[in-house]
This record gives sequence, structure tokens and C-alpha cells, in this order.
Amino acid sequence: MVNLITKIKDLELKNPVMTASGTSGFAEELNDFYDVSLLGAVLLKGITLHNRDGNLYPRMAETASGMLNAVGLQNKGVDYFIKHIYPRIKDYDTNLIANVNGSTVEDYIEVTEKINELPNISAIELNISCPNVKEGGMAFGISCPSAIAVTHEVRKVCSKTLIVKLSPNVTDIAEIAKAVEGQGADSVSLVNTFLGMAIDAEKRIPLLSTVTGGLSGPAIKPIALRMVWQVYNAVKIPVIGMGGIMNATDAIEFMLAGASAVQVGTAIFKDPFIPVQIVDGIENYLERHKLNSVSEIVGALQI
Amino acid sequence: MSKKEVRDFLIIENRPLNNSNFFIKLKSNENLPDLFPGQFVNIDIPEQNEVFLRRPFSIFEVDYNDNTISLIVKILGKGSKKLTEIGIGKTLNLVLPLGKGFTLPEKSDKVLLVGGGSGMAPMLFLAKKSGLLKGQVHLLIGARAHSDHIVLNEYAEYGHFFYATDDGTFGEKGYVTQHSVFKHSLSDYTKVYACGPLGMMKAVAAEAKSQNIFCEVSLENLMACGFGVCLCCIEPTTKGNLCVCTEGPVFNVNDLKW
Ligand SMILES: Cc1cc2nc3c(=O)[nH]c(=O)nc-3n(C[C@H](O)[C@H](O)[C@H](O)COP(=O)(O)OP(=O)(O)OC[C@H]3O[C@@H](n4cnc5c(N)ncnc54)[C@H](O)[C@@H]3O)c2cc1C
Ligand SMILES: Cc1cc2nc3c(=O)[nH]c(=O)nc-3n(C[C@H](O)[C@H](O)[C@H](O)COP(=O)(O)O)c2cc1C
Ligand code: FES
Repeated sequence: MVNLITKIKDLELKNPVMTASGTSGFAEELNDFYDVSLLGAVLLKGITLHNRDGNLYPRMAETASGMLNAVGLQNKGVDYFIKHIYPRIKDYDTNLIANVNGSTVEDYIEVTEKINELPNISAIELNISCPNVKEGGMAFGISCPSAIAVTHEVRKVCSKTLIVKLSPNVTDIAEIAKAVEGQGADSVSLVNTFLGMAIDAEKRIPLLSTVTGGLSGPAIKPIALRMVWQVYNAVKIPVIGMGGIMNATDAIEFMLAGASAVQVGTAIFKDPFIPVQIVDGIENYLERHKLNSVSEIVGALQI
Repeated sequence: MSKKEVRDFLIIENRPLNNSNFFIKLKSNENLPDLFPGQFVNIDIPEQNEVFLRRPFSIFEVDYNDNTISLIVKILGKGSKKLTEIGIGKTLNLVLPLGKGFTLPEKSDKVLLVGGGSGMAPMLFLAKKSGLLKGQVHLLIGARAHSDHIVLNEYAEYGHFFYATDDGTFGEKGYVTQHSVFKHSLSDYTKVYACGPLGMMKAVAAEAKSQNIFCEVSLENLMACGFGVCLCCIEPTTKGNLCVCTEGPVFNVNDLKW
């Protein structure tokens, strides 16, 4: 038996495979297919202070080896989550991680304070990288001063493991990672989606109502992998890697590049079982390579 | 609610119904879950690198004895085209059962089912499953021309069929909403159901609404996941932005902001 237990600061995961925020709902939808306790963690859909209807339809466009989305953080707000959704999901035997969003620093603080009270939420992922909202979101994640400001304030009110989710839409992602590490982030997760766009040439119209949206899926994997490698070499805190992971080999590549754990996003749309298959695939890889623990492959890239 | 699953099916039939629609029959080697008219499956398109996401299709027929389901697939783009080209004996991977079906009629209902093209699939499934006498079920089918119509004689026992074509080559000339059955006797029906092009459904809905007749339509919004996690398929409703894949694809027209 190989040891798949993974630690992100004080947070212990039974395996290093998580689902990515916005691609696994509130865990219930996946639990319709299989027992979510098979997963290391489920990242919940992005939560904001107030109800958000999200962007207009169409919000999705298929692209080469991936897709663009412009969902825009549709959710019913943190109070609704606490009252109606949390009670239904709190007893799943996996780590539930809340993805916290805001238009202002005050929003982020208020949502974090409320989520921090929930005993069965294991950690908070601070999303400073959503490209699909007009105010806040990615704006916080693309400059060091604003990333520092929001992480600094949220850290004060967050007693849970604090993961900061980074935007790839920057010149130097390692610099932002170091900046949030300096403010007490326990971990960084990357990458969120890349800003992109798609056009219907015949109709001469954009395919998304918002014109631009976030690119995800295998199309972004090589860039995401490079960014995980750069961040791993720049910070001491654990790195959570994602971006186009479709199978166990992809996941292992991210871990070799330095990710302590991985998140699986768009692949779930293709097949909701992929995260579970990745857990098995990692176990199989470790056995084949005669390794005892998954931690042995983290950053084990030989150069 | 039955659990959702990802399952391989064998293609046992794949043949054209007319120049743009295909009939595809799939067989599973395990028992099928309960499937209802209006529900759909999400299909992984094999051997086609340009298609990344699955493609949703309504369930047309189900046979629990031999564990088969069939679909009517209209060739629209690369994914649907590929589906119609895959040979018998090949495997297709499906996610099912997805979505909520139509409100089944009650014994006393007289229903009008309005369909166009591949939108006939859930209408015929509903006609069969309704449990109503033939006289209580009217099907009004529209198409551009005679050659675009799908005529399935084996369904004659489930209801009375009326046809409309834009060019008048089959049935009455004009849109379904201009057909005499629709124009003059809509008030005879207690429930109206529609599936087909958006413009057709909107026209049907508007009239049913104005006459206060129960009306449900099946929407075909673009989908990424099909099971409620991505929030890409939303439709604005009186209850907010709802996922077509989980709260629909069937909606009562009174809930839609049309
Ligand atoms: C719940 C549901 C049930 C459906 N049932 C059936 C069915 O029984 N039979 C059937 O033939 N089709 C059905 N459809 C539609 C079918 O899913 C699409 O035709 C198919 O996904 C098109 O894929 P493609 O790769 O061939 O087209 P693509 O190459 O992806 O697209 C070709 C063009 O069509 C447009 N397009 C693609 N999908 C849609 C869509 N859903 N709505 C509007 N425009 C679209 C694209 O934007 C593009 O311009 C259903 C859709 C849904 C959501
Ligand atoms: C439809 C969709 C919705 C998303 N919503 C969120 C969200 O609410 N919060 C967030 O931090 N990331 C969100 N993301 C980004 C993913 O969590 C992930 O960072 C990104 O998709 C890259 O991983 P992937 O290629 O495996 O999908 C979303 C992605 C998609 C495709
Ligand atoms: S298609 Fe993903 S939520 Fe409906």
C-alpha cells in the first residue's frame, strides 16, 4: 500500500486530488455519480457576499482542446450557502474547501468571516483571479500591491488553512506568489483561467456575451505547468497545481513540477469520474516506480 | 432520483431518416435506469479531435427488455456529423440520465405535441409514454419541405398526426402556428408541449400563454457539463438564472422570460 496522504500546511488530504472550483458545483452533483469521499478535497463553487446572477448567455464556447467560460460567479451569496447548501453537504467525508470572492477587500473579509465559522469547511481558497467579473476578481490578482492588501486583510480573519488562487494573466506569477506568501498565505493554487476570446466569423459576433472569457482545459496545460514550476521554485509554501489536467499522467507531471496536490477542472465536464481515476492512476504510478509515498514525487523533476 | 452514470453503449443501428436526420440505436449490456420523455444523454464524440466537449441528445425511445435507447440526431456541425458516421458495433460513451422530463399528462387531458426536426424525438417519446388514448394525443409536426419531414408510421397508433411545411409540399403550408389545428382549435387542448427550433417554441408558447393553456417546452441551450456543475447552460426565468441541464431542459413557459 502506498501512502497518498498529502498535507497542505495543517490540512490533511487522503490523497492529492481535488476538484477545481466552478467545475464541481457544491459536491452534491458529483456525489450523484460516486461517493465524493474518494477525493482529497472538493472545491466549492465561488461564493460572494451577495447573490450574483452571473453573465448573460452564451457563457461558453468550445475551443481547440478546451473551452472558454464567462459564467461570472453566479451564486446565491454566502448567507444562502450557509443556510441552505452547507447543511446538506457538511457531512461528506472529504475536505470541503470554500472558494471566496469579492468586488472589494471588505467583501472578501466579510465572506471569509462567515465561512470561517463553519466547522466542516476545511480551508478557504481566496479567488483573486476570476477573469469574468467587472469589479474585483482578477483585478486583485494581477498586481502585487492589491494581492498583498487582500491577502493581508483576509489572513487576519481566517483561522483555517488559507490558499490563494493565482491568475496566470500576469507577467511574473512567481512574484505574486511570493507577495501572498509574505502575507501569511498557507498555500497557493494555480492557475485560474487565461483571458481569451472566440469569434463566429460568419456572423461577425463574439461567441461569449462578455466578448472575452476564461480559457481552460488541455489547451492551457503546458503554460500552467511552467507556472507551477516557476512558483514552486520561488516559494516555500505548498503549491496546488491545475490547468488542463485530464488524466493521472498530467497530474503526476504537475506534481513533478512541484505541486503538492492538484485540482481537476474542465476534465470533469468530459467525464465526472476523471478525478477518481486520477487517484487510482497516481497510486499505480507510485507502485510501478516503487515509491512509498506520494510526497516523494513532489518537485522530483530531474534536470 | 436515480443515480447518474457514465456508461458505454454499443451502436446497433445508425441510419438516415431523411437528408439531415439519423436514427441511432444504442444497446447496453446492463439494465437501464428509468428514463422519461424530455430527459437527455450526453455523448462523448469519439474519433474526432476537434470536438472537446460531449454533445447532448434527447432520448427518443427506450426498450427496457433489450436495454436499448434510440436517438434522432440532426447533422448540425462536426460532433453530430461524426455521430452519424460511426459504424455499427462501435462503442459510444454516454452520461445519463440527465435533466427533468415533461410533466406527464393526466387521464383526462387532451394534449397537443408540437415538434420540428429532431425535436420530434421527445415528442414521440411523450406520446408513447403518455398512457392516453390515440384520440387524446395530437401531434403537429413542422418542417421546411416534404423531404425534411421524418415520418414514422409505427407511431400512428399513439396519436393523430398533422403536418405543416413552409413550402406546402406536405401537409398544410406555413409554420406550425399557422396550421388550422393550432390556429382554430388550440383551446381544445388541456396541455401543449413543444420541442424544436427556438423560434417555433416561442411562437407556440406565446399563443398557449395568451390562451392560458398549460405549456411546456424543451430548451437546447449550449452545455458544457450537462449535470449542473458548470453553470454555462442557464436560462433566465422568473426564479432567476436556472440550469437548463438540471432544472430543465423542460420548462413551463410561464416560468420563462420570453
Ligand atoms: C437537452 C438537449 C437535447 C437535445 N436533443 C437533441 C436531439 O434529440 N437531436 C438533435 O439532433 N439535437 C439535439 N440537441 C442539440 C444538439 O446537442 C446539438 O445539435 C449538437 O450539440 C451540435 O453539435 P455539433 O458538434 O454537431 O455542432 P457544432 O459544430 O458544435 O456547432 C455547429 C453550430 O451550431 C451551433 N450549436 C451547437 N449546438 C447548439 C445548440 N444546442 N443550440 C444552438 N446552437 C447550437 C454552434 O454554435 C455552431 O454555430 C439537444 C440539445 C440539448 C441541450
Ligand atoms: C465553467 C468554469 C467555472 C469556473 N468557476 C470558477 C470559480 O468560481 N472560482 C474559481 O476560483 N475558479 C473557477 N474556474 C477556474 C477553475 O477552477 C480552474 O482554475 C481552471 O478551469 C483551470 O483548470 P482546468 O483546465 O482543469 O479546468 C472555473 C472554470 C470553469 C471552466
Ligand atoms: S451544462 Fe453545466 S450546468 Fe448545465
